[in-house]
Amino acid sequence: MALWRIPRARVGALAVWRRNVLVWRKLIVPAVLMNFGEPTLYLLGLGFGLGHFVGEMSGMSYLAFLASGIIASSAMTTSSFEGMYSVFTRMVPQKTYEAILATPLEVDDILAGEMLWCATKSVFSGIAILAVAAILGVVQGWSALWVIPVVFIIGLCFAGPAMIMSALAYNYDFFNYYTVLVITPMFILCGVFYPIDTLPQAMQDFVQFLPLTHAVVLTRALVAGVELTQPVLHLAVLLFYAALGYYVAVVLVRKKLRV
Amino acid sequence: MRSAGGGAQQFQSAQLGLRGSNLTERPGRTDPFEDSLKTECSYNAITMGTTAQNKLSSERPVISSRGLTKRFASQLAVDGVDFDIFPGRCFGFVGPNGAGKTTTLRMAMGLTPLSGGTLSVFGLPVSDHASAIRARVGIVPQADNLDPDFTVEENLRVYASFFGLSRRQAAPRIETLLKFASLSDRRHARTDTLSGGMQRRLTIARALINDPDLVVLDEPTTGLDPQARHVIWERLTELKLRGKTLLLTTHYMEEAERLCDELLIMDRGRILDQGSPRQLIERHVEPEVIEIRGEGGAAIQQLADGLGCRLEHLGTCLYCYTRQPADLIAALKDAHGLTFLHRPTSLEDVFLRLTGRELRD
Repeated sequence: MALWRIPRARVGALAVWRRNVLVWRKLIVPAVLMNFGEPTLYLLGLGFGLGHFVGEMSGMSYLAFLASGIIASSAMTTSSFEGMYSVFTRMVPQKTYEAILATPLEVDDILAGEMLWCATKSVFSGIAILAVAAILGVVQGWSALWVIPVVFIIGLCFAGPAMIMSALAYNYDFFNYYTVLVITPMFILCGVFYPIDTLPQAMQDFVQFLPLTHAVVLTRALVAGVELTQPVLHLAVLLFYAALGYYVAVVLVRKKLRV
Repeated sequence: MRSAGGGAQQFQSAQLGLRGSNLTERPGRTDPFEDSLKTECSYNAITMGTTAQNKLSSERPVISSRGLTKRFASQLAVDGVDFDIFPGRCFGFVGPNGAGKTTTLRMAMGLTPLSGGTLSVFGLPVSDHASAIRARVGIVPQADNLDPDFTVEENLRVYASFFGLSRRQAAPRIETLLKFASLSDRRHARTDTLSGGMQRRLTIARALINDPDLVVLDEPTTGLDPQARHVIWERLTELKLRGKTLLLTTHYMEEAERLCDELLIMDRGRILDQGSPRQLIERHVEPEVIEIRGEGGAAIQQLADGLGCRLEHLGTCLYCYTRQPADLIAALKDAHGLTFLHRPTSLEDVFLRLTGRELRD
């Protein structure tokens, strides 16, 4: 009951996750189209178009460089948008949370289920990009499949902050702040399109605090086959953001719904 | 004259007999509280001859509140409220908008913290056991919050999963509840294609998916047409006959009088009075009232006053509350330009007397 109590999610969280899977299944055609369409467009358009001028980047084809980075940024945007627009819809106008809170489930369980679902959607997008990249011949081998659990963790990492935005939002326009001030800068700055060591030193230091930087290092290593240094550090950063985001989101949603 | 009150008494005795058999039909439950309830219920079924007051004191309340308080910023929404709700009965909270009814319900379900006092449901303090309590409660919210992404049947199935019921466990319950809500032929319809009454019935059916011991309904028939309201009342009576404890809020006095065995009248966060509809009427108003409308009523008013009526004004209408209406009626029959209505007093009269006639909001 206490506002600041450490959340404890129970098995009921899976029922919330399953609810979202059921809804997703009903809209599977546009959902899958979106999963494949967008990354294909990026890879073909930027990878071939821009790649023609760039040639190689960090010792690999630009297409391979881009594909291995887009997997991380797409996990970020998929999870973030689900955690903002969809979570807000269920929390406020649709009153789904109100209905669920009339059962034994608590806010802790609901948000844990939502977070798992955001990460699951990231995985769907990750699989789609991996498939397209494999068809284009820029995946290093079967061990690239290890990127899937990593994409799940990236999804968890970005779901927390997005749910915080949902708890703070009073309408959908509010999410523009987060998109413009957080998501887009990370998309541009964190090494998806170019290696971060081309940035000025101060910027390089700054982007080390952003989770997407660490997500890109992991996916690039696994998909393009670059040597991976300090995997534990990168995973720890992602998990730290996931845990912190979940805790703060739970407290804020408790506050929002329990008055 | 007090047919509604008498009817409620009759329901009660019928229901107690039924409840005993209903509970013993469910031997699977080993909940200690359920067991104690069972013993007490059958004990009560046998000793029905004793007065209502004795019956109450021998039972353990489903909900018990002492000094319950809720403070929002600077405003006291609930101000030191004491009540006990006993099993197998329909208990009603009535009061104007902003009386504190919904807030009290939300505190009882562990959906908002208490600011003060104690509150227990099924003998468990709400603050520590909200989740366990809600597992045994069915909640019907003020505004329907059905899942628009799902069909009627899916709404029930998904909701069952939140109570930890598997698909197989839920299936027979869903069939029963679709019948109960008369929605079997609409099972594949999306909820936004249902009428208001159907949505309400589905919301009530959904609240029963966990076979709750207590059903909490926040304004169950607000916004429904008369036909739909009657269907809801019939279903709620059916639930009561099956031994469920009902707790509802309403501002329809007719609904309260029809459904509730016990009422609690709230205003501005406080309890004004509590009792059966009949007790409340006897306690607060004369048995009959004559409503007089029309111009030139000054003489009649003087006459009514002289006859010992208690008078109340609302706009151009004069309410004369009395025990002996005969003389006044005789005088009114001769008066010109006046229309009048002679009727037994109802809960509405009690409500308006206790909470005042001025507009709220």
